[in-house]
Amino acid sequence: MAGHESHPTAPPKPRATPEEMRERKRLSRQRVSDDSEFITVSMGPQHPSTHGVYQAVVDLDGEIVVNTRPSIGNLHRGVEKLAEVKSYHRFLPLTDRLDYISSFAMNHAYAEAVEKLMDIEVPRRARYIRTIGDELCRLSNHLLWLGVHVMDFGAQTFFLICFRDREYVLDLWEMLCGARLTHSYARIGGVAADLPDGWVEKCRAAMEFMPRRLAEYQRLVEKNRIFLKRTQGIGIFTQEDCVAWRVTGPSLRATGMERDLRKTEPYAAYDEVDFDVAVEYDADVYSRYLVRMKEMYESCKIILQCLDQLPEGDYINQDAASQTFPRKKRVMRDSAAMVQDFMQTFRGPKVPKGEVYKAIEVPKGEMGVYIVSDGTSIPQRLHLVTPTFYHCQATPALFEGEMISDVVGIFGSVDIVLGDSDR
Amino acid sequence: MEVNWPDWLNFDWLDLGWLELPWVDTNWFHDNWYGLLLLGFFWGVVVFTMVGALTAVYVYVERKVSARIQGRLGPMETGPHGLLQTLVDVVKLAVKEDVRPAAADALAFRLAPLLVVVPAVMAFVVVPFGVPMVIRDLNVGILYFLAVPSVTGVGLLLAGWASYDNYSFLGGLRASAQFISYEIPRTLAVVTVVMLSGSLSSAGLIGAQADTTWFVLLLPLSFVIYAVTTLAEVNRVPFDIPEAESELVAGFHTEYSGFRWSLFFLGEYASLTTASAFAVALFFGGGLGPVLPPVVWFVLKTAVIVFFAVVLRFTLPRFRQDQLMALAWKYFLPLSLVNLLLAGLVMKAVF
Repeated sequence: MAGHESHPTAPPKPRATPEEMRERKRLSRQRVSDDSEFITVSMGPQHPSTHGVYQAVVDLDGEIVVNTRPSIGNLHRGVEKLAEVKSYHRFLPLTDRLDYISSFAMNHAYAEAVEKLMDIEVPRRARYIRTIGDELCRLSNHLLWLGVHVMDFGAQTFFLICFRDREYVLDLWEMLCGARLTHSYARIGGVAADLPDGWVEKCRAAMEFMPRRLAEYQRLVEKNRIFLKRTQGIGIFTQEDCVAWRVTGPSLRATGMERDLRKTEPYAAYDEVDFDVAVEYDADVYSRYLVRMKEMYESCKIILQCLDQLPEGDYINQDAASQTFPRKKRVMRDSAAMVQDFMQTFRGPKVPKGEVYKAIEVPKGEMGVYIVSDGTSIPQRLHLVTPTFYHCQATPALFEGEMISDVVGIFGSVDIVLGDSDR
Repeated sequence: MEVNWPDWLNFDWLDLGWLELPWVDTNWFHDNWYGLLLLGFFWGVVVFTMVGALTAVYVYVERKVSARIQGRLGPMETGPHGLLQTLVDVVKLAVKEDVRPAAADALAFRLAPLLVVVPAVMAFVVVPFGVPMVIRDLNVGILYFLAVPSVTGVGLLLAGWASYDNYSFLGGLRASAQFISYEIPRTLAVVTVVMLSGSLSSAGLIGAQADTTWFVLLLPLSFVIYAVTTLAEVNRVPFDIPEAESELVAGFHTEYSGFRWSLFFLGEYASLTTASAFAVALFFGGGLGPVLPPVVWFVLKTAVIVFFAVVLRFTLPRFRQDQLMALAWKYFLPLSLVNLLLAGLVMKAVF
């Protein structure tokens, strides 16, 4: 596989100490004169490149950002409140609308939490399918991110190239569950349907082809000196900043912290596949790009391994009749299954009393779901701990001292989708 | 160089004397100031139409080339292969509502697009299409070409200021800063050409290249400086910072709409076309070339340069403001001074 190893753009950098990183950050920030008047510019919510309806009102001293007042909530739909009037099954499609770019990962996070609450098993085949789905999401999310990120710096063609290859992933999704964007493919205790005929071969072909395309992207981006000049040493966000603001995911790994829930708290089939956690040490925009680039290679690797090891068996748990749906084929033949399907649809699952928190690694960072159950089939309280919300709250710390031209690039580099933050 | 051009290519017909209309005393045009004004107006309309038509062609080419680069088809619906798309767009822009922000400075707001588009069109007057074929062969043609489009900078600043909008304001400031910075290395690059041609007139420029060779061969560095700084002057990628859409929405023309917006658009494309055409005159021997008539050579060479600019636009990301300034003052200014010295040496060697 033509991997990132074959295209070294820079000699391997030594691990920077926190002091060095802080020093680099201080140097990268611009000095602001004391006696200036500020220009106030509102970036968003309808600004062409705030990646959604995010608004940042920034005070500028010349071209340098002095203050940032972020504002979210323009896309607020009351998802958490809606959870309190819907059964556990019926809430699942709403999780699509959180991070709509990687909706299966959102389904998955929710399903994992509910399964932990109910304490039910997920069949091994379903866990593999979920792993594949997660990684497909990561690929499509990072491809979209990459295209938009490079476009933030002014290169328009790259955006379309990335979208061209994202089509391969979306086509796989369409074949798998009929939807390209809002998948709703996970179910409590498994997934909605088995892999269709021919899907495995198609997926394998796409995943063997993708690394070649990624290498092409790397050549396009990493050999472009303007891009390097725009991204290296810009938007430094040190490890302690990340921890203080709860910035997770690739942005955290770009500071040298090897925190990836897929490795540290394995779920689905991640403990059965071999992959590396992508880590970079410079904590700047370019490192975040590199981390995501490496993750895409790793995703292809994980998916290929899962396809090779894909076990036979059920795609959804059939032993917990009061909590999961029966297989669709059984419903029309078996009266017990039909009753089960009816009860699950109209009454909802049987859930023990208690509370649970479960986090998984979605493409944008750590996505946690916190559920308080009072023993009925609808949650008493459901809280979604979404990565973008925390990325948005970190924006003032990210922007201040940077130039207005870099703000959009830096903002994009932590990866944001407002459906995720506003819920 | 021995050239036998038909008389009409000499543009003596500019004063309409050749018409020999019995009811028109052609001297009349030159005898009265209003006659001259009328003549000027007539040729102004001709030039403006020419620039407009060229711009329409340019826009179409840019759409098609960019589509090719990005794996799309580009306009296909209006006319065969979307040939009429630009025309339709012009009509759409012309009939759109002209919105002016309530707080905008009315006079300046209206003046700014004109200040951008008129100099760009005016520069067209000294472009030598053929070997002797130029609308007015001023004896300070090159100086005129450098000086007149500079007014555009004022227009951009005015547009940014008059809109009463912070995006526009920042865009206007960036545009004028960029304009002034790149003016200097650009002028110095052209000065080397003047050193070699020994004349400021555009016909003299072509003549000098006919006597020696294309100046790009003698002064490659000048051409590089001219090409890069010209991209910066006309706000093209990778120097499209004044209208960086990911930061400033649309920069100085954020608040403009309809026809005024299209004037900015026209101005930008007209100045790029003129600058490309003049690059051909300065460095690629204008209309010089075998077999084909000089106008055809000229158009072909210009098309190649324009194509290059279009390809660049869809390949590169953009610089940041401070990097752009650093590039102008730290690299291009010293480089163009060195280039001046080199040109002196070349002059000694060749002439």
